[in-house]
Amino acid sequence: MSQVKSPFARNLKQGVRAAWPICLGYIPIGLAFGVLAQKAGMSWISIAVMSVIVFAGSAQFIAVSMLASGAAAMAIIVTTFFVNLRHVLMSSALSVWLQNEHRGKLSAFAFTVTDESFAVNYTRFLNGNWDLQRSQVVNYTAYFTWIFSTVTGGFCGHYIPAHSFGIDYALIAMFICLLSFQLTNRLVILTAVVAGLVSVILSVYIAGNSHVILASVFAATVGVGLGRLRYFKNKTDIEEKEL
Amino acid sequence: MPEAYLSIVVAMGLVTYIPRWLPLFFLTKYSLAGWFKAWLALIPGAILSALLLPSLVTVGEPRHLDFMRPELWVAIPTFAFAWTTKSLGGTVVVGMGLYWMADKLI
Repeated sequence: MSQVKSPFARNLKQGVRAAWPICLGYIPIGLAFGVLAQKAGMSWISIAVMSVIVFAGSAQFIAVSMLASGAAAMAIIVTTFFVNLRHVLMSSALSVWLQNEHRGKLSAFAFTVTDESFAVNYTRFLNGNWDLQRSQVVNYTAYFTWIFSTVTGGFCGHYIPAHSFGIDYALIAMFICLLSFQLTNRLVILTAVVAGLVSVILSVYIAGNSHVILASVFAATVGVGLGRLRYFKNKTDIEEKEL
Repeated sequence: MPEAYLSIVVAMGLVTYIPRWLPLFFLTKYSLAGWFKAWLALIPGAILSALLLPSLVTVGEPRHLDFMRPELWVAIPTFAFAWTTKSLGGTVVVGMGLYWMADKLI
């Protein structure tokens, strides 16, 4: 069949194909969230409303447990802000690839930026041949998968056996692979090693997830400083591509 | 659904959206300084590593180090598979399979 496809149909197909590892990871987590929320007394509509408006895995888990324990509204909102603050770094890194795009489209895209969609889209941008429309498809495929699986979990999550087929490892494996794609030169490898070690150390001493932001900012700053040394010069291809 | 719940969720949505939106709305319109672009280029590797490593070697609440977790030991062959094949889908399936086997064996 040599039928010419419209660019949108092609972008839709490529975006969904890029998003499937995210969906595979979101389904068990979404189901687990739905079960937890339902046990905390939330109706499926309440679950759907939170997934539609907030769309942030770990923050939703924390919010539900805080709601169940009767925490103050302000405490829940402030906690959510800090748990999700790391996305500011991801949106910043993505903005390099989306210069002068339409602000309405960027605003819609920003609504569904997560750790997972960021990692997939950034890798695709780095390899070239990726754009805002395909990124939107990745983000919104993940978004609807999340809504669907959290609501499903609220209805019948407890009928589905947890931890089957190693599915709990799907997102970890995805991050391992996407990290391996990033390690293209000495400077990035060093930065990643510093970020990982600092993050582990901080995570033991600080509750919550501020260790992710602190370690990333620290490591990238060290990396930029060390990037001036000759040892790291002319070995880079990422920076050259982006600058 | 009580009104109080809805207002909490809307506020949660707002404080989640603002950090996601600000850089995409503003940084895409100005040419960024060279050092800042170089810094941003290092952020993805840093953030992936900062997200991943604690999930491999820490456990519990409060978190503590544990180097015997299957998450960590399965990560090594999974990384090797990713590095050599460059296949995201394959890595996810292989990682899940190895983790599933590790879970059965231990």
